[in-house]
Amino acid sequence: MKTILLIGATSAIAEEVGKSYARQGHRLVLWGRNKPHLESIGKNLKVLGASEVHVSEIDLDDCEQHAKALEESVSEAGQLDVAIVAHGVLPDQQSVQQSFERIQSSIHTNFISYVSLLTELANYFESIRRGTIVSITSVAGDRGRKSNYVYGAAKAGAATFTDGLRGRLVASNVHVVNIKPGMVDTPMTQHLKKGALFASPETVANGIVKAINKKKATAYVPGYWRLVMFIIRSIPESIFKKTNF
Amino acid sequence: MNRFQSWGRFPNADQEVCALRWLDTAVPESGGKTLLPYGLGRSYGDSCLNDGGTLVETSGMNRFIKFDVEAGTIRCEAGVSLDEVLKLIVPKGWFLPTTPGTKFITVGGAIANDIHGKNHHVAGTFGCHVIGFELLRSDGTRHLCTSESNTDLFKATIGGLGLTGLITWAEFKLKKVSNAWIDMESIKFEGIEEFLELSKSSDKDWEYTVSWIDCVAQGKGMGRGIFMRGNHSPASVLSRKVHDEPRITAPFDCPNLMLNSLSIKAFNTVYYGKQRAKKAKTRVHYDPFFYPLDAVNDWNRIYGKRGFFQYQFVIPFEGGLETMNEILRMITASKQGSFLAVIKTFGAKESPGMMSFPKPGITLALDFPNRGASTLKLFKELDALVDASGGLLYPAKDARMSPTFFQKGYPQWEAFSEFVDPKFSSSFWRRVTSQS
Repeated sequence: MKTILLIGATSAIAEEVGKSYARQGHRLVLWGRNKPHLESIGKNLKVLGASEVHVSEIDLDDCEQHAKALEESVSEAGQLDVAIVAHGVLPDQQSVQQSFERIQSSIHTNFISYVSLLTELANYFESIRRGTIVSITSVAGDRGRKSNYVYGAAKAGAATFTDGLRGRLVASNVHVVNIKPGMVDTPMTQHLKKGALFASPETVANGIVKAINKKKATAYVPGYWRLVMFIIRSIPESIFKKTNF
Repeated sequence: MNRFQSWGRFPNADQEVCALRWLDTAVPESGGKTLLPYGLGRSYGDSCLNDGGTLVETSGMNRFIKFDVEAGTIRCEAGVSLDEVLKLIVPKGWFLPTTPGTKFITVGGAIANDIHGKNHHVAGTFGCHVIGFELLRSDGTRHLCTSESNTDLFKATIGGLGLTGLITWAEFKLKKVSNAWIDMESIKFEGIEEFLELSKSSDKDWEYTVSWIDCVAQGKGMGRGIFMRGNHSPASVLSRKVHDEPRITAPFDCPNLMLNSLSIKAFNTVYYGKQRAKKAKTRVHYDPFFYPLDAVNDWNRIYGKRGFFQYQFVIPFEGGLETMNEILRMITASKQGSFLAVIKTFGAKESPGMMSFPKPGITLALDFPNRGASTLKLFKELDALVDASGGLLYPAKDARMSPTFFQKGYPQWEAFSEFVDPKFSSSFWRRVTSQS
């Protein structure tokens, strides 16, 4: 039995990842902002087979709480095996791009709070010399696009930070996975028109669990996004800048 | 494709959609538009549509709350599907108290339509097994409804077509089983009379009975079919394997030409003929026994873009044989019937549901490709026969019955309308209450 920490547990992707671990009888620790929602998820995970569920109400934007929350969860649930950082916001590009203040707030959630959490987790796992850190970034970080560069920039930062961390922790026997989901049909994307490339949260969650088990370094989920992003990265900027991606 | 269609893909409706995820949700602000809960869209007609209004999508409220493995009760959010329930309960030795022909419906939908299954003659409807639920009304109040508290709302909501408010969670009783298997027998019959005799002689010892009936063969072959009866396999069978995911998806809308009277006749003849012996015994997994069509995702697309109707009625036993034969004559003569015709007898167990459809008698359900006016004309003629025999139609399958016929079949509709939430409505409800 393993202990899995889900940070941003009320996100649709994290919830599905939780269900997948619960069905295998693992112990789950859920962090998120909304206690009633965490408890709804927790009850479901218990029914599905989780051996134990612990919930912590935490505002993930408040980086000062991270270290203490981690300490409390470890003392409550025991040593962690996997920690998955999955929270985030999808800012509406049109409405944020004119205002640094609004950009800053989304960069804080999607990048700064990741840096804080990943640092705390790195220090923790380094000290116990085992475990897996999973950072959910995005295909949006692979190339700046006019329709989504505020989100993309934060995700690119988180991805680069994650990749660097992997190197640092090799010597400590800690593995770091960078997950790059493509477009997922979740509440975060509720307002977007769904095309053929959209995947369900279940599909993405299965991909994430598989990547963790296989100790992948970077995983695009679903896998076809590796090819899609390869093509997108290959388009010369002189052409790309004129596209509407 | 507009995802928010009904299963019959007729009629079309334009509606706003608001997806819910959480139990503590507030009633969505719809700016004066009416609301209607929408689960997995398996109602055939327009009872799950709200043209010009808002659909409140519940499939994101899909968490279990409590599973009492000892007592065999389950409490879950209203958007949990029977598919998910089965995956959880079968390995623990439990089964659904009753189930329709698809597992891709939500628990909320099962209550709202007070669904029935092959064990209606012993178990009654789904509503008979509901312990309680929470109903969220548009004024923001939450009502715990059971057979003892808020009894009126409890009864109105079971079979209430989603009109009494939003069911947020529900608790219901399960049925104990030893394994995932069904011991079944298939018996050929040559007409309605033989079907009725088989039903009568099987009702006591067989938990599940249902028949496929040939709605194409005329003359001597009219009313022939295969009677299927089953029981959960005995305790000596150990496997509690749950069902697999669907393997096939209907890849596109089939051209209307594909389903013509010849291809349907061929299907019926082959289906009847594939069983050579009068009686055959087999042991089958619950999945093909209860849900043969679930194996093909989106099978409704085989009827093409124009969609299809399902016509399901119940008529009383008294005079039922004659009426059923007359109805079959009319259907076979019309050459419009399809291959999915199912006949079953309902039992006397009463549902708490005020607007519940099943009544003691014979029920027939069959699909009709939408051929426009000629199909609607046939339905009018069938309505007259059903009506004359004291029968009624199933709202979950209906897209076209007249207000008069509805109000005659469901004389309690006016009493029921007292419980309809003032901000809730559906295309179906507006249609059948539009005039008296």
